[in-house]
Amino acid sequence: MAQPLVKKDDDRDDEADYSPFLGIEKGAVLQEARVFNDPQLDPRRCSQVITKLLYLLNQGETFTKVEATEVFFSVTKLFQSKDIGLRRMVYVMIKELSPSADEVIIVTSSLMKDMTSKTDMYRANAIRVLCRITDGTLLTQIERYLKQAIVDKNPVVASAALVSGIHLLQTNPEIVKRWSNEVQEAVQSRAALVQFHALALLHQIRQNDRLAVNKLVSSLTKGSVRSPLAQCLLIRYTSQVIRESANNNQTGDRPFYDFLEGCLRHKAEMVIFEAARAITELNGVTSRELTPAITVLQLFLSSSKPVLRFAAVRTLNKVAMTHPMAVTNCNIDMESLISDQNRSIATLAITTLLKTGNESSVDRLMKQITNFMSDIADEFKIVVVEAIRSLCLKFPLKHRSLMNFLSNILREEGGFEYKKAIVDSIVILIRDIPEAKESGLLHLCEFIEDCEFTYLSTQILHFLGIEGPKTSDPSKYIRYIYNRVHLENATVRAGAVSTLAKFGAMVDTLKPRVFVLLRRCLFDNDDEVRDRATLYLNTLGGDGAVVETGEDVKEFLFGSLDIPLVNLENSLKNYEPSEESFDINSVPKEVKTQPLAEKKAPGKKPTGLGAPPAGPPSTVDAYEKLLSSILEFSNFGKLFKSSAPVELTEAETEYAVNVVKHIFDGHVVFQYNCTNTIPEQLLENVTVIVDASEAEEFAEVASKPLRSLPYDSPGQTFVAFEKPEGVPAVGKFSNMLRFIVKEVDPSTGEAEDDGVEDEYQLEELEVVAADYMLKVGVSNFRNAWETMDADCERVDEYGLGPRESLAEAVNAVINLLGMQPCEGTEVVPNNSRSHTCLLSGVYIGNVKVLVRLQFGLDGPKDVAMKLAVRSEDEAVSDAIHEIVASG
Amino acid sequence: MESCPSIKNILLLDSEGNRVAVKYYSDEWPNNSAKEAFEKSLFTKTQKTNARTEAEIAMFESHIIVYKFVQDLHFFVTGAENENELILVTALQGFFDAVGLLLRGTVDKKEALENLDLILLCLDEIVDGGIILETDANVIAGKAASHSIDAAAPLSEQTISQALATAREHLARSLLK
Repeated sequence: MAQPLVKKDDDRDDEADYSPFLGIEKGAVLQEARVFNDPQLDPRRCSQVITKLLYLLNQGETFTKVEATEVFFSVTKLFQSKDIGLRRMVYVMIKELSPSADEVIIVTSSLMKDMTSKTDMYRANAIRVLCRITDGTLLTQIERYLKQAIVDKNPVVASAALVSGIHLLQTNPEIVKRWSNEVQEAVQSRAALVQFHALALLHQIRQNDRLAVNKLVSSLTKGSVRSPLAQCLLIRYTSQVIRESANNNQTGDRPFYDFLEGCLRHKAEMVIFEAARAITELNGVTSRELTPAITVLQLFLSSSKPVLRFAAVRTLNKVAMTHPMAVTNCNIDMESLISDQNRSIATLAITTLLKTGNESSVDRLMKQITNFMSDIADEFKIVVVEAIRSLCLKFPLKHRSLMNFLSNILREEGGFEYKKAIVDSIVILIRDIPEAKESGLLHLCEFIEDCEFTYLSTQILHFLGIEGPKTSDPSKYIRYIYNRVHLENATVRAGAVSTLAKFGAMVDTLKPRVFVLLRRCLFDNDDEVRDRATLYLNTLGGDGAVVETGEDVKEFLFGSLDIPLVNLENSLKNYEPSEESFDINSVPKEVKTQPLAEKKAPGKKPTGLGAPPAGPPSTVDAYEKLLSSILEFSNFGKLFKSSAPVELTEAETEYAVNVVKHIFDGHVVFQYNCTNTIPEQLLENVTVIVDASEAEEFAEVASKPLRSLPYDSPGQTFVAFEKPEGVPAVGKFSNMLRFIVKEVDPSTGEAEDDGVEDEYQLEELEVVAADYMLKVGVSNFRNAWETMDADCERVDEYGLGPRESLAEAVNAVINLLGMQPCEGTEVVPNNSRSHTCLLSGVYIGNVKVLVRLQFGLDGPKDVAMKLAVRSEDEAVSDAIHEIVASG
Repeated sequence: MESCPSIKNILLLDSEGNRVAVKYYSDEWPNNSAKEAFEKSLFTKTQKTNARTEAEIAMFESHIIVYKFVQDLHFFVTGAENENELILVTALQGFFDAVGLLLRGTVDKKEALENLDLILLCLDEIVDGGIILETDANVIAGKAASHSIDAAAPLSEQTISQALATAREHLARSLLK
């Protein structure tokens, strides 16, 4: 086809710009499409016109309804032509036009004819087109042909029917499910891709039948799958089966593990990788199971193909989060990847190294990263910053060099997201590593001297206001803050004024100076800034003399608003100006929905080493606010600890309930988060009836029912218990959800007036010793240990009996005590015979506790443990021993 | 849910990021401007990399993208974030090699546009609605090229019955007017 379809423009004679579609226009092509109606069809010309139409569609051109209908009708004429090439283009064109139901009828008979023709190419394509455009009614007519096609000896026809089946399963599952006999036969096909498509369809048909999937997997894993793609599918289904059977098969060998391991020796890289990845993602994978997978991934690391290297390093990166020791063998290969051309690979390698590295390698790594940072994009830098943050939390002693690194990169060019990631990291480090506070705050101060992002400046100013006054020399921050009042926009100036006021309130000696500065702000040209300055001058009072600030003023400056902002906003909108002034106490304090617990509940994986204790404070704040807003619980005192949500129902049941245990000094409050998953029901007066007969020291004192629980909007009900003050009482509670159920008409959403009382059994709930322990890390365990009084030390030895591995024993003890592992000691190196683990925490009554655990293997499986506890109170030390002894 | 490996889109762009042929299988990109924006940023992100000898890979807007360049043509295959990278690259290689076979070795934009029908058929044969249909380049190219325009039958060679049918339809239409 030498002839260009459109004449070339004269002034565009540059050869590189030449295109057969130059100057193409929709109107003209639509005109050309009239050739489809010619009584004497010219297949070549028709093909060209279709190509042009497809080109237009491909370039994003759209046809109006009328145009599309017109083209569709004329295209259907082309079924008259016997030209195979043209027919192929017609098929593609019809799929692109996706005709409406009444138009489909026009081509149905032509396509059905092709579907039963002798030419396999026609049959395969007609099936695909027909299934794409058809609706349910037509499907029953052609079902017979499709079933035949599935077992057709031509693989192209069989695949076309199977793939169409996969698509149709979404819209017409009941029909496709009738084909399972044929599909099952196709799974045995000799053609690789037919096997793949058949397996995919068969699994989708049966996916809700656990037993059937199990059977499918166990028969196929015996080895009749030839296609690599089908083998990958099989690996996915196998890991699904393993995951689902994990609950009832804790002991002994994992079923099908041998199959996965065997796949590591498959000849297709695709299969090897799929199997390796599946092994690394097994629940509670042991290091023995991991080793062969890590070995093949390590080989991939030095492959010449970037895709292989990427796949391997990405998987290892994930493994490093949970099993850093297992990945250390790959560190040398990983280090050479830092200079990889592909920056994604390099970044993944760096962050993996940061996760697996030990304290001594930190400095060397930091040197390499500094060179590396200058030539990667912001998105990669953010990943590195986050990795460095968790590294710093892991090795607090290294905070100096890591903090320096962060402040250096903070000074360099970068976008908002990147800068925000750095600032967030510094803030977290300041909060968690006391030693890093002063230097971190100064870095932040220097940053706001030259910061183009208003949001970051105000955030930092707010943070300075809270942390700055508590430092040894608060006065040195004043200069940085006051500079903002001179140099910045109104938003930042207002923020700076508030921060100044906080310094004035907290540091009495600074008060006179702050007063002078605040008075100057009275002349600002922005209303908000002036208003704030006036307000603070009045609230601080004392005319700038060195006097102590009142408690209520501090509460005003530092306390957070204990009412939800949404409620406040609503109340303010409803307030009509009148003689009576707005009363903030009239704002409802109840939180409508509580997304917090919802978000945390699913898939909370242990993040091992990297787990920064950054999250909890805010959660505790939120819980504390929620609880103190409920009258019945307001006199319980300070909230000591809130547990992570514990599920009390299986997934996908009618009502989903989880519970958060709130521990107070003399009380325990259970917060039941309930979700109603039935659209046709409204639950009212929801309570949980708790039977505490197996928890002798607890006595129920209050319960707060949930008035109504509509479909899909979570609500909470509470039950409170009294317990002996300061005593870590434990016990078991059985729960019953009781409620009045009302039918809801789904179309109108209205509930019927009459309801029926009903009950729903929930799982049991336990209060354990770990609930009385707060995870609080210390930065330098040895120092903390030495400063603790040795008289309060209690040492004893325990035999833990036969255990699966040393690591498993260590984890069990950590979970039993509920304490924070320090310095990465919760990770047990492979094949080691002994291990020392350091834990720290705060016990109920605010008693600091440090624990040193020494584990040793005694015989082939038996684990022995030496437990040394130091705490501020020897009674607590004894209590810890008691927990271990009774656990 | 353990799902079947799927392809979100296959793109063939030129050396300036313009479309030669693209095919989207996922509705994550609701309209043409979203698609164009995706192509543009993807192109900018990858253009400086050297993906001429081996296929390259990138994470981009929580997709995995594998790509390969030849002359002034850029081939891309996009998959989900957690997709097996090697499956995606198999699809890419199938597309890449099939185009090479169809264009008889001269793989550049000019040749691709002149044989756009073959490229479109080729895309149609690799993936159907996101599911990989075939990955063997020889098979793909064979199916896409299973016709040649020369074999087209002019009207003179139509069977009598077809000619009659055409005539009847023609007559019916003229009567209806």
